Amino acid sequence: MKLQQRFSLIKEASAPIAGWFILSVSLRRGLLRWRSTLSLTVMALPAILILLVLAYLPMAGIIVAFKNYMPYRGIFNSDWVGFQNFHFLFGTDQTWQITRNTVLMNLIFIVTGTLVALGIALLFNEIRDSSRVLFKIYQSAIFFPYFISWVIVGSFVSALLNHDSGVINRLLGSLHLPVIDWYASPQYWPLILTIVFLWKNVGFSALIYLSGIVAIDPEYYEAAQLDGASKWQQVRYITLPLLKPLIILLVILALGGIFHGDFGLFFMATGDHSALYPTTDVIDTYVYRALIKLDDFGMSSAAALYQAVVGCILVVLANWIVRCIDPDKAIF
Amino acid sequence: MSVQPPPFFASVFARQQTRRRPARKGILVVHAILIVLTTFFALPLLLVLASSFSRESDLALYGYSLWPRHFTLDAYRFLFQDASIVVNGYGVTICVTVVGTFLSVLIMSLFAYVLARRDYRFQRLLTIFLVITMLFSGGLVSFFLVMTQLLHVQDTLLAYIVPFLVIPVNVLILRTHFKGLPIELIEAAKLDGAGEWHIFFKIIVPLSIPALATVSLLVSLAYWNDWFMGLIFITNPRLMSLQYLMYQIAQDMTLLQTTREVANVTPPTLSVLMAMAVVTIGPILLIFPFIQRFLVRGLTLGGLK
Repeated sequence: MKLQQRFSLIKEASAPIAGWFILSVSLRRGLLRWRSTLSLTVMALPAILILLVLAYLPMAGIIVAFKNYMPYRGIFNSDWVGFQNFHFLFGTDQTWQITRNTVLMNLIFIVTGTLVALGIALLFNEIRDSSRVLFKIYQSAIFFPYFISWVIVGSFVSALLNHDSGVINRLLGSLHLPVIDWYASPQYWPLILTIVFLWKNVGFSALIYLSGIVAIDPEYYEAAQLDGASKWQQVRYITLPLLKPLIILLVILALGGIFHGDFGLFFMATGDHSALYPTTDVIDTYVYRALIKLDDFGMSSAAALYQAVVGCILVVLANWIVRCIDPDKAIF
Repeated sequence: MSVQPPPFFASVFARQQTRRRPARKGILVVHAILIVLTTFFALPLLLVLASSFSRESDLALYGYSLWPRHFTLDAYRFLFQDASIVVNGYGVTICVTVVGTFLSVLIMSLFAYVLARRDYRFQRLLTIFLVITMLFSGGLVSFFLVMTQLLHVQDTLLAYIVPFLVIPVNVLILRTHFKGLPIELIEAAKLDGAGEWHIFFKIIVPLSIPALATVSLLVSLAYWNDWFMGLIFITNPRLMSLQYLMYQIAQDMTLLQTTREVANVTPPTLSVLMAMAVVTIGPILLIFPFIQRFLVRGLTLGGLK
């Protein structure tokens, strides 16, 4: 049977041919995969290098907190002092003061910021359909401060609170009220800083809340309107409950950052007047001052490490809580 | 509803029902509150604007006011003609912003793209690599030491540019966007024999213009408004950015004095400071419409994931 012989010959020969074919294809595919991996790795390389040098290397640099760092000796030749810097740090009243200022002010910012931003978002929601032009104007005015640098904001605050030429004191003077030396009275500054913080940030938060409100299905409102619900009732029973996840998410994430103060706010808006430190000095400004002005590398580094450790714990905790509530929204 | 309209007119009636909205006095209250808020928010800007156009003598006598008593361009004239250091600062800031934004967006988008590729071998590892930097930081001292002792960028323009080249939040925004692109696109391109670089620049980037524009705006804003890097790294007056210069001038007006002797004329210090503020905010005012368009859309998408 010549045909059958030929057939079996072909079958026998085709097996290794098929084998080579599959091997060469998978080799080529494997090679292509390797080339792809290489290309992608090279793409990511600049960012990796930058992060290694600017983020990871400084992590190793926390060792400065445990040494008596002398610039001329370098890191490795400076004396090891163990926890001495931390003993100094936690021995002073100032550490409690800066911790309290940081946490308390941030807490005030979170509460007032959320309330005011929500309020503005609700107001925006009422008029964004009916008066688009006016809405754009209001939104621009309230959003704009976010884009102004803290240096300029500092000059704004100075224009208002300057002892001789500031608007507030001039106003007080024209009303025959006593003029206040604002930059020497720390007791007013929690309020002042809160107002400045809100002025700068509330536009941004309001927009985020507004986008959350816009995402709510209008059918809920139509049904409520048919049932005769007032606007206020609609807000209370539809808008707010449906926004709750977003609000909780943003609040918890903000709480995660509660140990870090906004350096621009506390340094520039106050003009760095030392009389105000009791209520405006935060960990960040303290670290800056110790490093740049006092050249106290040890204390500065110890305070920074203190902030980094507590901050890290808080962020991890916050993220864990967020993950429990809504796994999609967690950062990691 | 007690009366049933005849079926033919039902739709017309329905439309009329929803359109007929009585003018609620509630709306007026909303507008009133918003007008008050808008005025409050715009007040400082108006103050500074008006003061920049006021005479220095008026400012000294009457303090800041919402409207210039005597309109004058003295402050601006002084700023641009005599205060060469300010023009210099403008140059520094523009250069840093342009170069920095370009480099930063390039590096970050490449990184975010790689992080978004599920078929990439080290994707999970690199993601963790990025996220750890968001959790724990080495602190100001370490950062300062690395920048000055290792990289030696003090008193150079790189001190402004380098710190903002990779910002984790922006990387995440870009990554979210890239993750949203269909993987079939990339697979199809690979079948056609395209390399990774070609895929990224010729296919992915053109599809990502809105996201890239959003991040570019955020990054340029960070560069333009930055004063902190100047504060800790720069001492050379010729390398001071606009914002840092403003800070220095506010602390010490004598920086504005030039070699050109102008007798019997007090340098207009306060109004010049206000003019500087206006000039610094100016470009932001110009691109604000673009910011509104891209940022408002882009942030709400990326920020909420």
